[in-house]
Amino acid sequence: MSLDVDVEHRRDDFRLVARFTSAPGLTALFGRSGSGKTTLVDIVGGLIRPDRGRVAVDGQILVDTGHGTFVPRHRRRIGYVFQDSRLFPHLSVRQNLLYGRWFAQAGDGALGDLGSVVDLLGIGTLLERRPDSLSGGEKQRVAIGRALLAHPRLLLMDEPLASLDEARRAEILPYIERLRDEAGVPILYVSHSVAEVARLATTVVILSEGQVTAVGPVLDILPLADAGDAGCVLDATVARDDVSFHLTVLASPAGELQVPKLAAPVGAPVRAYIRARDVMISLRPPEEISALNVLPGRIAAITPSPDGAQADVRLDCNGSTLMARLTTKSVQRLALAPGRPVFAVIKSVSFERN
Amino acid sequence: MTEDEWMAVRLSLLVATTATATSLPLGIAVAWLLARGRFWGKSLIDTLVHLPLIMPPVVTGYLLLLTFGRRAPIGAFLADEFGIVFSFRWTGAALACAVMGFPLLVRAIRLSIEAVDDRLESAAGTLGANPLLVFATITLPLSLPGVIAGAILCFAKAMGEFGATITFVSNIPGETQTLPSAIYTLTQIPGGDAGALRLTLISIAISMLALLGSELLARRMGARRVAT
Repeated sequence: MSLDVDVEHRRDDFRLVARFTSAPGLTALFGRSGSGKTTLVDIVGGLIRPDRGRVAVDGQILVDTGHGTFVPRHRRRIGYVFQDSRLFPHLSVRQNLLYGRWFAQAGDGALGDLGSVVDLLGIGTLLERRPDSLSGGEKQRVAIGRALLAHPRLLLMDEPLASLDEARRAEILPYIERLRDEAGVPILYVSHSVAEVARLATTVVILSEGQVTAVGPVLDILPLADAGDAGCVLDATVARDDVSFHLTVLASPAGELQVPKLAAPVGAPVRAYIRARDVMISLRPPEEISALNVLPGRIAAITPSPDGAQADVRLDCNGSTLMARLTTKSVQRLALAPGRPVFAVIKSVSFERN
Repeated sequence: MTEDEWMAVRLSLLVATTATATSLPLGIAVAWLLARGRFWGKSLIDTLVHLPLIMPPVVTGYLLLLTFGRRAPIGAFLADEFGIVFSFRWTGAALACAVMGFPLLVRAIRLSIEAVDDRLESAAGTLGANPLLVFATITLPLSLPGVIAGAILCFAKAMGEFGATITFVSNIPGETQTLPSAIYTLTQIPGGDAGALRLTLISIAISMLALLGSELLARRMGARRVAT
């Protein structure tokens, strides 16, 4: 599957100019609210007709303003999971799930039958209920199932977790991971949460004020994201458990990390997310310090914040990228500059199991 | 009750049911156009639909006579080509009642269509339903309470219509003499008071039954909506 987008759309003062090609897996559209993410997925889904440009899926042209082509949304076979689940209130959960199947061409895709989708999303007990009796998390899972059962060749998800609290989010995230890994349907996923993107994305497209500022694999792109909660992703595996201190030791290209005990077997892949504000920088190997995780590296770049008070320091740790958010004063005091070898002191690590 | 009085009751029910049933599909279509459509001349259609509500009924009846009368252009065409005659027939009474009830019908349905979340409609579109199927499976079921309310209003209006009917198709017992015309006639003749009162009570009973029926329907649908 490939999705090619090259569009321009203007609404009031806002101008969206976006051009990207997405790879298989989950492509995250990442950016602050108001950066044009929803407008862009609405264009792909056929809810908005762009002023100018071209959208193609698998070589089939859906929109080409130059030739006057505009495939209406009901002929696109693009599933859409909305932020507000938009379940049909007059239909039962089962009828909601089967709604798209009335119109889909039968026989394509492995997810043909209700049973496998219901199992994948864990909604077997909800089938006879009405949407208004479901919790927010249940509604979103049903909405995902409904979109899947219409046999989409591409699935759009517009901040499907934004309206949920932390517990409900944790409930749904594993299902989206299974979707990405098992269902084989490529996903275009809108989010403004670094943690979600870090955990789910294969490819990241960063949008800023209606412009695509970066596209690429998540490990390369996320450190460049201009977000309040910036950070980096490290792919690691569980090396061993340190039973006496209730710790787990992870092996990553950047070095070993000791973290509170994880319930994962040795050898299991783990995605660690390290926020820039949890990283300190030392010029010498720190001694007599409480932090357990210190990784050697080299400064790759220093990006001052717009107001000049802080700077994001990007480190190259044996090929992996780490970010540290420091005050400008610290940067000057340590005389940090690109190329300089330093030690990253990591205060905390959050985990997303793969 | 006399045979003439029974005839008036039966005729009124026939006229009101026909008027409601035939104007319902058109009313739903016009309500949908006014609620969701974006086209040139929309306010003109809106005004035309509402005109019978604000014009004197006698004027509406006279205009119907001018367009659908035996020698009027449309009336003559329909009579010659299809054998449909309105003037001085019960079908003409049904037409007059349909025209008078139409604004009420359209208004109620339009409001309930406007209350349907159009985001549900676009969700149905992404699931593969074309606009017609979206309307049939999402918009119409969700606006059903308004459709029923509109139909009941239209029926009640048709049961009580007097001015336009008597102007357009006169007051012929057994053909165009509906309940209100019959009551009017009875009040004009000596000794007709008892008959007028009987028909008045029947008229009240039918109106109340219609209202009760719509309440019951609305309640049943409401119950279905919240049932888990």
